[in-house]
Amino acid sequence: MYEKDGEKYFVVDGHVHYWDASPENWIEGQEQYAKGWIECFYGYHQLGPEEYYWPMEKYQKYSEETMMKDLFEDGYVDVAIFLPTYLKAWYREGFNTTEQDAVLAEKYPDKFILNSRFDPRDGEEGLEELERKHRRYGFKGVKLYTAEWHNGSKGWSLKDPEASRYLEKCEELGIINIHVHKGPTIWPLNKDAFDPKDVDDAATSFPNLNFIVEHVGLPRIEDFCFMATQEPNVYAGLSVVLGALMHSRPRFFSKVMGELLFWVGEDKMIWASDYAIWHPRWQVEMFVDWDYPQGHEFDDFPRLSTEGKKKILGLNAARLYDIEVPPALRLPEAETDAQSVEPTVS
Amino acid sequence: MTNHTEVLDALSDVRDPELDEPITDLGFVSELEIEGDGVFVRLRLPTYFCAPNFAYLMVADAREAVLSVPGVRRAWVVLDDHYASDEINGGVNEEKGFDGAFPHETESPDLEELRTIFRRKSFVARQEKLCRALLAQGRSPEQLAETRLREVPPSETFEKYLERRGELGLDISPEASLLVDPDGKRVPGDAIVQHLRFARTVGVSIEGNAELCRGLLATRYGRGEKEGVKL
Repeated sequence: MYEKDGEKYFVVDGHVHYWDASPENWIEGQEQYAKGWIECFYGYHQLGPEEYYWPMEKYQKYSEETMMKDLFEDGYVDVAIFLPTYLKAWYREGFNTTEQDAVLAEKYPDKFILNSRFDPRDGEEGLEELERKHRRYGFKGVKLYTAEWHNGSKGWSLKDPEASRYLEKCEELGIINIHVHKGPTIWPLNKDAFDPKDVDDAATSFPNLNFIVEHVGLPRIEDFCFMATQEPNVYAGLSVVLGALMHSRPRFFSKVMGELLFWVGEDKMIWASDYAIWHPRWQVEMFVDWDYPQGHEFDDFPRLSTEGKKKILGLNAARLYDIEVPPALRLPEAETDAQSVEPTVS
Repeated sequence: MTNHTEVLDALSDVRDPELDEPITDLGFVSELEIEGDGVFVRLRLPTYFCAPNFAYLMVADAREAVLSVPGVRRAWVVLDDHYASDEINGGVNEEKGFDGAFPHETESPDLEELRTIFRRKSFVARQEKLCRALLAQGRSPEQLAETRLREVPPSETFEKYLERRGELGLDISPEASLLVDPDGKRVPGDAIVQHLRFARTVGVSIEGNAELCRGLLATRYGRGEKEGVKL
């Protein structure tokens, strides 16, 4: 919980990692990629404020104590959502798997929400695996990487018939939150991850599932915006947006926020720190204080109220994951009703 | 003998296809050496995993630009610190092409399609920038719908717009309409406001992306001390 000027904010961090990128976990022969990957993350890390920089050694592998303190003592986070990134081709035990995350999630069930993954190219076996894992961990969300290489395939699309079978399975199991990585590219050649159109099709075909587009398609937010505006069950995952831009490029951050507020709206935007890329503390503090800078170029973007910030920092994610929000931290009822009223276009 | 300025001038015509800015302004050129009729250029990018297709385009375009300078007969352009440096450098300097550089890894015949996607985006963004300036000078959206190219006052923004418009093969004759979509179709008067609103988002996206890349390049190679080679 964060409190400022008498206002209390319930904070849900929509995307956190508990990774191991230490050299002991690098696969022989793949060291350059394993090292390159974490160095790439480290570059992003340094787009945050300097006082939060970690030495590389700590950044490669951090302890449970560090994570618990950063998120829940210093970072104002009430509940954090794990999204896994496997990368088993480079890291022996994976970079950040459901199993790794489960160690903390099972120890602190009130603090963490555990999620898993699937890859439709794993076929029948993958479907069974998803079901087995779900029985074991009971998660409500998955993280998908459509651009990932796999056995000679250069990526996949949510439109593929195989993907539909997996989404049907998710619906059946109650895995309702589908987090799709449409952001900074990982390993794309011609089949690039930059086009979020496949989310559009899947969102229409599966109206009971929520599609959270992680990193809002950055660096190509326009494709995401034009798509999200048409789909009621598509959400903007703000990890990287705040972390990479709010401190280092504040004017552009404001433009990107303005665009997202215009096309997507404050009810469908979900903040995430992307810990340990960035510490949640400065993001929460700076975002609560955020407003458009001086200048006419920001004039016609929608304004963001305190209520809007409360939604983005926690209440929207709480709704998707059915997290109990303490009564004192909820929005007044009237406010909630007002959301369903169509805004008047002036 | 060829001089630095000529070569750098040629390199400044090479743009990051995604960011629509010269690689020289972005700080991507880290070294330039000239010896007789041979030129050596070293390029660098913001991350180890920057998309290899865009990287390839820049390295290939840079080599072509250098070879276009009078007096240059041999050119080597190498990309540093990238997971696919070897493939890209070999592919470009031995003229194997993108598919030759990444055998079995690509699916379309070449990168032209990708280049076109981003040319269209940059066309839209440049058009919006020009229209924003014209609106600020007092024209109404309705007037813009009727404006022909010959009626637009000269400016750098206008030149840049025309350049991209020409590259897409669209009509740039004086009588042509100012406001056309990337296929060359005229934007009707009642659709102008919406058209420009979309276009603005495209512009913010390209601009924001360039800022992100600048930030990452700075964290990777240090701020200030190791500036790129500039004109």
